[in-house]
Amino acid sequence: MSSRNRRNIVVVGASLAGFRAVEELRHQEYDGAITVVGAEPHLPYDRPPLSKQVLAGAWDAERLPLTPIGKDVDDLDVEWRLGVAASALDLGSDDVELADGTRVPYDGLVIATGAAVRTLPGQPELEGLHTLRTLDDCLALRADLDAAPERVVVVGAGFIGAEVAATARQRGLEVTLLEALATPLQRALGDEMGRVCADIHREHGVDLRLSTGVDGFDDDGHGRLRAIRLTDGTTVEADVAVVGVGVAPSTAWLADSGLTIDNGVVCDETCLAAPDVVAAGDIARWPNQRFGEVMRVEHWENAQEQGAHAARRLLGDLAPYEPVPWFWSDQYDRKIQLAGRSSADDEVQIVDGSIEERRFVALYGRAGRVVGVLGMNRPRPVMEYRQLIADGVSWEDALAR
Amino acid sequence: MRVVVDFDLCESNALCMQAAPEVFEVRDDDFLYVLDENPPEELRSKVEEAVRRCPKQAISIEG
Repeated sequence: MSSRNRRNIVVVGASLAGFRAVEELRHQEYDGAITVVGAEPHLPYDRPPLSKQVLAGAWDAERLPLTPIGKDVDDLDVEWRLGVAASALDLGSDDVELADGTRVPYDGLVIATGAAVRTLPGQPELEGLHTLRTLDDCLALRADLDAAPERVVVVGAGFIGAEVAATARQRGLEVTLLEALATPLQRALGDEMGRVCADIHREHGVDLRLSTGVDGFDDDGHGRLRAIRLTDGTTVEADVAVVGVGVAPSTAWLADSGLTIDNGVVCDETCLAAPDVVAAGDIARWPNQRFGEVMRVEHWENAQEQGAHAARRLLGDLAPYEPVPWFWSDQYDRKIQLAGRSSADDEVQIVDGSIEERRFVALYGRAGRVVGVLGMNRPRPVMEYRQLIADGVSWEDALAR
Repeated sequence: MRVVVDFDLCESNALCMQAAPEVFEVRDDDFLYVLDENPPEELRSKVEEAVRRCPKQAISIEG
């Protein structure tokens, strides 16, 4: 199908990446049909507030729906198939099969089904034991927090776990935060930066247990969580817990499709997964030429930018997708921002402020180039260094700025 | 066009500054300053990009 002749584009996935793909299609004046399939029964909505403002009780769910610029959702002229998941993709006959047995034909397809929460091995279904990904997850957890539990246990001190712990703590609740690694976020940020993130929680009175995991969950005999047994031999009593141990790309529905699936849907540098098929957001794995790396990025901004890029690709724009990824996390009164790539193996240097002030900028260097920047309450320099990373500035030049 | 920022939502992520530095500046005090509330028409697509990129959806355009 020539990209110029598309008349029937289907977007599977009704969250941020899918939504921005739709918006971009219309922005590019594509006037054919658009069908969006979404497993959740909601129109596309924004997830970041689920671990922050909505969970805190500061916002209602009504503030979450995504809106296109300068128009209403209805103006996008989309056929919405919500509350039904896609169950298979048939590349041969160009259609998507849905869980209700219906088939949705397409001449252009955007795969944006994102990722789903991981659970711990043997994790039971219990009242009070939560994961957090969807609006419904958030409202259920919030109801439990509203009941003023004696203690909340958060399993996993990655960014989501950290935000949930911070939100719960700021609601005045006692929080125990468990992290299997010796330092939170160690693999992504390295020891020194990971330690700062840990210290912030302790400063706010969170009971942070490092190098500690879950041995098992005890219930009260009536299906409600009562306590959590930890790998250090202790038991924490809690009737509310949140497991935040990451997500896995939702590719099961594509297993028999013939697409290359390997920790996500594998695409080329333009986000094309197969003729007439693109992927975007948490599910997409693609070679980012700017970093010479194949990556899958779970950040909010990537869902947005890649969704738009994938839409343009479907319409024939062959530009490679080579962003400098950017990410933010709000915990207490700290704003953490991370741009580019960072890992525990990189050289790390603080170039602005100090850890002690809890206000600083740290650069990450690899193979002679600056590849990443981490900022805490320093938004302006983070953006400036993000541009240096985009420009391919050398490590030495970046340090000299 | 008129650029409107909801400062209750703005958290100075500075993505707007990257998209349209002629209009948006996050200064060293970490506050966002709108340099020109009525930018010229030729900046419209940059300002629209800033609107889109704001993770808090804090920016809107009137007219």
